[in-house]
Amino acid sequence: MARIIAGVASSHVPAIGAAIDNKQTEEPYWKRVFSGFETSKEWMRQTKPDVCIVVYNDHASAFSVEIVPTFALGCAAEFPPADEGWGPRPVPVVKGHPELASHIAQSVILDEFDITVVNKMTVDHGLTVPMNLLFGSPAAWPCPVIPLAVNVVLYPPPTGHRCFMLGRAIRKAVESYPDDLRVVIFGTGGMSHQISGPRAGLINSKFDKAFLDNLTKDPQKLARIPHLEYMREAGAEGIEMVMWLIMRGALDDKVDEVYRFYTVPASNTAVGHIILENRAKGAKPAGKRKAAPAKLKRAAARAKVERVHS
Amino acid sequence: MARGEHDYDDIPGTFVFDQQRSRQGYGINMFCMSLMQDENRKAFKADEAEYLKKFNLTPEQTEAVLTRDYNRMLELGGNIYFTAKLGATDGHSFRHLAAVMTGSTQDDYASMMLGGGRSVEGNRSKSGRFDKPAGVAAKSRAKTAGARKAGKAKAGSKPKTRAKTSKKSKK
Repeated sequence: MARIIAGVASSHVPAIGAAIDNKQTEEPYWKRVFSGFETSKEWMRQTKPDVCIVVYNDHASAFSVEIVPTFALGCAAEFPPADEGWGPRPVPVVKGHPELASHIAQSVILDEFDITVVNKMTVDHGLTVPMNLLFGSPAAWPCPVIPLAVNVVLYPPPTGHRCFMLGRAIRKAVESYPDDLRVVIFGTGGMSHQISGPRAGLINSKFDKAFLDNLTKDPQKLARIPHLEYMREAGAEGIEMVMWLIMRGALDDKVDEVYRFYTVPASNTAVGHIILENRAKGAKPAGKRKAAPAKLKRAAARAKVERVHS
Repeated sequence: MARGEHDYDDIPGTFVFDQQRSRQGYGINMFCMSLMQDENRKAFKADEAEYLKKFNLTPEQTEAVLTRDYNRMLELGGNIYFTAKLGATDGHSFRHLAAVMTGSTQDDYASMMLGGGRSVEGNRSKSGRFDKPAGVAAKSRAKTAGARKAGKAKAGSKPKTRAKTSKKSKK
């Protein structure tokens, strides 16, 4: 059976991609950003996922205003980098995993998430920048990728709760796939930023920090944040953070935070990054070797049974 | 059609790209999208007003594009990811657009960002009814406020009740 072993969240600021492409990563401004991902790249080298699902949004590259799918799942064999007006980024073509992707599509649609299946799509910085941050700049990406494009450009994007529940449906889909695959899911975008209008440049580190804290320990609370609050507190474009909740919904209720990084700014944006691991079956979280009280164990068992039956 | 009222209209300095603006600004955004192709960029640069005729813009929208009034474009239904393509066609960096939209210089905008960005304090609400942080960010603030003046801070009591209700609902 395939299973999701970890979740990664990361901003996908286009200027980060430009800094990589123009070889500016050693400049002090950018070094501050890139040094925060060194540990993550090492983690990724050791984790070696078989497949990554990358939740991101398109920025008027593959989708204009002609067609605006709320959730678009990439089921193609490959996804070329998009020409965002300066020629395509010099990054490898993203290879898909059509079998697992179409299995997920079939499963989540029957689970009442009416996603759009996309068999031809380019992918823009929203997907390729987080790939660079976690995998560096290899000649070929080390594993297949299933892109899940979420509309966060045209208001309203899906609610945080809807995203969280879609994450759960994706997890269920992955776990019903027969092959043994270790899957890492990415939630990208954010954190606080506004790039439009007279209020452009807004950053709210308090909001971001609380969001990171709750992503680990109380994601249900985040799933209740209304759109108005994202826009007011974290900037009009900060609403992208709903995509992180798809990633979180696909993980266990209890996860271990293995790494976190936050810096302001990368061009107009607060850069946030976190790695969350599912606790492997039977293994205890690092640093917490004390046995859980019997009451909690019973509750966990009950929850497991409920999940199986629902 | 007149614009309906929305809760997010209370956010200052922000033009939310909603369904109505998307309909209104379809021409602007499709025009910007056309600039992804080099031959279109050249045609536009050769005769801007003539090129714009293909996109059925209103006179106000045409004026906003020709004068590069980026805020007005957003107000009339343009979206920033699309209008940024116009900026790129002009050879401008995004920082230039940000400076235009915020009425500052590029240097001032850049140093504001380096200094941690525009503060949310004082930028939450036009009406002033939402000057305090709400929801997820409220807790940490409420804690410190609560510690300073126990019981008095209004924000401090809110999360407590919320925590209670969530506990109850779990049971």
